[in-house]
Amino acid sequence: MGAVYKKELRGYFSSPIGFVFIAVVFFLSGVFFLSSNILAGTADMRGFFSQYQEIVIFVIPMLTMRTWSDEKRNKTDQALLTAPVGLTRITLGKFFAALTVYGIAASVTVVYALTLATAADVDGLVVASNVFGMMLVGAAMVAVGMFISNLTESQVVAAVLTFAVALVTVLMESVALVIPVEWIANAVLALSVFSRYNDFSVGMFNFSDVLYYISIAVIFTFLTVRSLEKRRWK
Amino acid sequence: MIEVKNLVKRFGGKAAVNDISFTVHDGEVLGFLGPNGAGKTTTMNMLTGYLSSTSGSITISGYDILAQPELAKSKIGYLPEKPPLYPDMTVEEYLDFIYELKGCTLKRYDHIKEICELVGIEHVYGRVIKHLSKGYQQRVGLAQALVGNPEVLILDEPTVGLDPRQIIEIRNLIRRLGEKHTVIFSTHILSEVQAVCERILVINDGKIVADDTPDSLSVKLYGDNRLTVRVAGPADGVYRAMRALDGVKKCELLGIKEKGSVDINVESAAGADMRIPIFRVCAENGWPLLGIKNTELDLEDIFMKLTGPEEDIPAQAQKKVRRLKSRGSASGGTLDDVSEGTKAAKRAAKAERAKKKK
Repeated sequence: MGAVYKKELRGYFSSPIGFVFIAVVFFLSGVFFLSSNILAGTADMRGFFSQYQEIVIFVIPMLTMRTWSDEKRNKTDQALLTAPVGLTRITLGKFFAALTVYGIAASVTVVYALTLATAADVDGLVVASNVFGMMLVGAAMVAVGMFISNLTESQVVAAVLTFAVALVTVLMESVALVIPVEWIANAVLALSVFSRYNDFSVGMFNFSDVLYYISIAVIFTFLTVRSLEKRRWK
Repeated sequence: MIEVKNLVKRFGGKAAVNDISFTVHDGEVLGFLGPNGAGKTTTMNMLTGYLSSTSGSITISGYDILAQPELAKSKIGYLPEKPPLYPDMTVEEYLDFIYELKGCTLKRYDHIKEICELVGIEHVYGRVIKHLSKGYQQRVGLAQALVGNPEVLILDEPTVGLDPRQIIEIRNLIRRLGEKHTVIFSTHILSEVQAVCERILVINDGKIVADDTPDSLSVKLYGDNRLTVRVAGPADGVYRAMRALDGVKKCELLGIKEKGSVDINVESAAGADMRIPIFRVCAENGWPLLGIKNTELDLEDIFMKLTGPEEDIPAQAQKKVRRLKSRGSASGGTLDDVSEGTKAAKRAAKAERAKKKK
């Protein structure tokens, strides 16, 4: 796992992808921080986080699009899959590398919070729960993105599909609101990755929410391993 | 040691590998020979655990590739048809990565240095892989397979796309590797197998059609007595004369390759030396004998022999004679005149064009 993790991490930063990803996240978060805190003149970061999170999820496909599709196209997966290493360890190495880059990008919010704290009272709990929640959402989306990347040989197809999934999960909440039948609305809401995030954004750690995101990450990582396995058997 | 038993792989309904079994002993160099699409790559992918078999078993040094994949894989170094290289890495980074990926426990610096010297990439060690030539990329791929000093090396068409000098270098390297490792390598070039292997496995349509040493295979196929004869004489006359010789089993007209002559393939029974009788019959008829040489075994012939339906070669040759003759008579000249006439005209036109250019 360590070898794959290191290789992937180096891959992000030996090509522009890692830097572009971080730059985009820094830029967007800077804009939101400026509008919802600095210009609005408030130390309440809840508005900032809820906006920020919804945008960040659309950048994640950049991180995951090439994880497997590139390996398949270059046939480098042959080196990985014929090495004496289990598929789960390879998949986890890739997963944690993507999550690390995401974490580096997301950590900028802590810098904003500290900046703000020099001039006003910042609710530490809100910052902590949001950063924690952000990592969970990131983990879930990275796992989904990597699974999609494993289904295709084309980076572009992987990116577009992952983007579409992100879009659907964001829209689900609004869709659920207009569905009159309650159980259908609830079912749709369950698919909405964001409805679970609301508690984090206001500073609440809810165990079921934590479990929800971790489950998504585990399930999709598992599916990635299975689909690697399946390709050998087809 | 590698043991393959009743290996089958189906893609959909089509069997790419159809019930093959073989054993490779320690220290053996096995050539896997077959045309494209014969199932060589599929078999190798199964041997290395990249693909799973539909049925049958593969054991590498006692470990089943499906039951104990990690142990079995740790015994194998694999160079796939397209080397699995990360184009953005330097050779150093790449080999480091492979070293860690394989969980190698040998001394890193010494081990990698030794491999680089062996395959001759020490002077491109710091360069980015995508900037290397195809030959060097192939060598880096080979280096990758050698990391961890695996007992078994599986090389899928290691010389494809290389220039003749590189091919010879890689062949020599494989021969040297064969001293320490068990090597299976695939190719569709026959001379390669002859140059490198002690044993050859011919595979066609997913089945093993021959398993032998290169020498005895060629003896078996031809009885070592196949000559190509070039005679300045009429095609049908020469053909008939050769056919009539004592000890000739088969004759085949190869057509006209030099002006005023005809090429014929003469195959005789094992042990019979036909060179003198051929010379005599040519002398009697007053046809100058322009050349005799041993026909080299080529892959196409092997497959014709091993896999193709039994062909009636004399009948085919007869047809060829008739065809050549009818072409000749249609234009009102003899066979030789016609073809030579047109060829000479072409040559003259070409020479003229060349002159004009100057």
